[in-house]
Amino acid sequence: MAPQAPVISCKNAWKIFGNDPKGFLKNMDPGMSFDDIRAAGYIAGVKDVSIDVHKGEMLVIMGLSGSGKSTLVRCFSRLHDITGGTIEVEGQDIMSLAEKDLIELRRSKMGMVFQSFGLLPHRSVLENVAFPLEMRGQDKHTRRERALEVVKLVGLEGREDYFPRELSGGQQQRVGIARSLAIEPDIWFLDEPFSALDPLIRREMQDEFLRLQQMLNKTIVFITHDFDEALRLADRIAIMKDGAVEQCDTPDQIVLDPQTEYVRKFTEDIDKARVVHAGVLADAAATGEGEPVDAGMTVHAMARMLVNDTRRMIPVIKDGSSAGALSRQSALDILLGSDA
Amino acid sequence: MSVETTSLPTQRAALSNSQIAMCFVGAAVVMTLVQYLGGLPEWLHRLPERLVPNFAGWLDAIFSFVKDDLGLLVLTRTLTEGLEWLLDASGNIFFGKRRWPFIGPIPWTAMAAVAAIVGYYLGGWRLAILGGGTMLWTALIGQWEIAMQTMSVLAIAAPLAFVIGLSLGIAAWKYAWVDYAIKPILSVLQTLPFFTYLLPAVIFFKVGPTAGAVATTIYAIPPMILMTTLGLKKVSPEVVEAGQMSGCTKFQMLRHVYLPSARTEILVGVNQVIMLCLAMVVLTAFIGMPGLGAKLLAMMGSFKLGRSFEIGVTIVLLAVMLDRMSKAWVVKQPEHFERGTPFWKRHQMLLLAVVAFVAFTLVSLVVPFFAEVGRGQDFSQGKELDNLIKAFLNIEWVKATTGFLRAFLNVQVLIPFRNFMLSIPTPAFILLIAAFALALAGRKQATYAVIFFSLVALSGWWDRAVITLYSVISAVTLAALIGLPIGIIAARSEKWAGRVLLICDTAQTFPSFVYLIPAIMLFGITDIAVIFSILIFAMVPLTRYTIEGLRTVPPEMTEAADMSGATRMQKLWKVQLPLALPTMAVGFNQAIMFAFFMVIIAAFIGTQDLGQELQRTLAGTDLGKNFVLGICVSLMALTFDLTIMKWAEDKKSALGL
Repeated sequence: MAPQAPVISCKNAWKIFGNDPKGFLKNMDPGMSFDDIRAAGYIAGVKDVSIDVHKGEMLVIMGLSGSGKSTLVRCFSRLHDITGGTIEVEGQDIMSLAEKDLIELRRSKMGMVFQSFGLLPHRSVLENVAFPLEMRGQDKHTRRERALEVVKLVGLEGREDYFPRELSGGQQQRVGIARSLAIEPDIWFLDEPFSALDPLIRREMQDEFLRLQQMLNKTIVFITHDFDEALRLADRIAIMKDGAVEQCDTPDQIVLDPQTEYVRKFTEDIDKARVVHAGVLADAAATGEGEPVDAGMTVHAMARMLVNDTRRMIPVIKDGSSAGALSRQSALDILLGSDA
Repeated sequence: MSVETTSLPTQRAALSNSQIAMCFVGAAVVMTLVQYLGGLPEWLHRLPERLVPNFAGWLDAIFSFVKDDLGLLVLTRTLTEGLEWLLDASGNIFFGKRRWPFIGPIPWTAMAAVAAIVGYYLGGWRLAILGGGTMLWTALIGQWEIAMQTMSVLAIAAPLAFVIGLSLGIAAWKYAWVDYAIKPILSVLQTLPFFTYLLPAVIFFKVGPTAGAVATTIYAIPPMILMTTLGLKKVSPEVVEAGQMSGCTKFQMLRHVYLPSARTEILVGVNQVIMLCLAMVVLTAFIGMPGLGAKLLAMMGSFKLGRSFEIGVTIVLLAVMLDRMSKAWVVKQPEHFERGTPFWKRHQMLLLAVVAFVAFTLVSLVVPFFAEVGRGQDFSQGKELDNLIKAFLNIEWVKATTGFLRAFLNVQVLIPFRNFMLSIPTPAFILLIAAFALALAGRKQATYAVIFFSLVALSGWWDRAVITLYSVISAVTLAALIGLPIGIIAARSEKWAGRVLLICDTAQTFPSFVYLIPAIMLFGITDIAVIFSILIFAMVPLTRYTIEGLRTVPPEMTEAADMSGATRMQKLWKVQLPLALPTMAVGFNQAIMFAFFMVIIAAFIGTQDLGQELQRTLAGTDLGKNFVLGICVSLMALTFDLTIMKWAEDKKSALGL
């Protein structure tokens, strides 16, 4: 997370559904809650959200159904027009874009994957994947080359001529992923991409997704209602409720320090030891002796060492240099769930 | 609104709808009794002649203004030339009309081969046999030329209706105001008797094929519009968003995302367009369009039953073939080929069709029989069939049955019923209709009923309208008495339900004209024949929706009834029928609409209703009268349509279906 300008910068964004959302927002009492707004006959899909997404970061937006997470991501890509606030993509206010520029932005910079795939039923795998390329007018040969490349990337080689209904759910979503990657987007939106899949396939697709992300290193906004999935994938997690972001933080911070009751409920049943990393526990000012641990290790991964070791402070190294030391006791507390 | 008023009557101080309806009925009964006692002034019984506004005259004035002063006639006559050119070209290809491009007619063997291959491609051997067999029958029975005359118009009218319907459908989906503008027009168009399409077509587009094609096209457009809009609205939002995120422009969205995703509905629309075009193109015989319809009309007119029957079979076969093939096309999904499949294998059906076409064309150059079944070469058994049918009708018990039906039903039931309906004073009649609409649907529908029927009264054709209504009501009642039990019994078993549904589906594809054949065969040119033809036509939707309603009752409910120890009858009356009722009401509504449609066609047999007058207008240029009559029928049909559909809808939501 270099200190450069964010890729997506969203400030006080509102999305209200109803008869006259703009007029309603203008005259609205700023303290109104979600239920107050609903009582007035409007639905606050996105409620005063400010959030930045940095280059190469994976932001996971987590929330239950109806919490506004899908609406928020559709505001980022301007599939929905926001009612108030601003959303900038690479420094450009997307609400000010003309239709032509918006199309150009989507054709060159954005890719999106949908929960129920959104494949075109009359096109084969290859034609579906090549669709965005066709839309921007690339010639047949180049788009075929590129489509074949991406199809191979997602592991669907040999099924290029199949039609969507001839594929399983997991395979269909691979097509969706391939299509969203065909134009080599900088920003990648994934709207609950694995929710419609069976648990086993979901796990497999998550691994596949992590593999792709390591190769491609895109800026990602990933939506899920599955907290485990969020913890597994995210650099940062934004937890949403009733259109508003309750907390936006790294997975470690969310489980260690939930800021609202709502967030705490999510973290209750989570095995924190698998989420919290040594680097987060390390106190930069402290020092320890002996064999250091890597900042990227989870408490769970260090479990055996933590139990057998006798040191009070264990040194932590990050990228080869010292990052302070962690208290063995506090790590053990997390491992054993002492606060429970 | 009416849901509230019917379910929460106590919260309003006013009377509930059903109470008001009872008051209306009471008033109507009193008025009728007073009329019987001779106490009712004549002006209350029927609207006096002098009060009838000259709607026909006004409409005539408007028409002639539009036609001559605004120059519409010049425009349409110009359009006619383009259309005529198209029809001439397709006429040349199909039956060798001496016009450009001078290549036809296509040999019947080549057509049959292509029909069989298309059938095989779409639906395997069964459709191949149906396609090839239909063509074979048509040619061998000696009706090839007239069938191709019909097809040549169909080949122009159906694509035209498709294109216009599709464009209007897209416009209605895209712009709300177009939707608002065409919705009411569509519902009127769908109830307007077809004779009303014919006369304007004749006046603006000349007699014969052009007018026939125009009337046919207009008639087939509404369902295409509806299906297009429906399909476009149903496209999944994610597919749309996927298109947007792929950077589609508006046109690309429509062309590559919306239309292909709405494929199924659009193709269902195509199926309906084809079927309606066929039904209509046969009926355009009334305005002098040559083809199967004209031949059938002539044969029935001269009571040649054998030939009529053969033509009927040809029409039915063509209808079933077109229907099955277009339906098979709806469900046909693209299949992938393995990589490296050679070109000829990917397109083997296309190649086969081309080869067969060319081969048969070449053979037919040498063997004339393969090109055309000449006079005297056909296998028509018209005469023999005629004798057979007449012999059958002369068998003692058949004669006794039809005679009894004719005498008893007509004299004891139908005529008294008709006279009774005619004896009701006009205001009382309107009150009864209003009560019906109020009790079933609500105040809005009752208001419409009053307005619509008052307009009918004002048109000055009240007696004929009542006779039309009498035919419709008696035929639908008889159809219900026969159709409902059939439906209920068939719905008991999966197997029989499937069979009867198949029969109904097939029967529904028959052009309505065909239903006159058995009616005339059995009952000759009588009132009973009219009722009978409407009866069989209306029975189809009644039976069909009864079965569908009963079969779609959720299994948990019948299981719950079984576990509560219900007998079969209890289960039927207490569980299945109440739940099936909304669906059955839709069937009932369709039966009434069909009956209104058929009663006008049956005018051909000779009736005293609006249809008869309508048919008479076709001979002249009485456009105003034609429209007044047509709209009378339409208004009556609309009243029933609005009321019953509203009732079915309310019932459905009340039952949570």
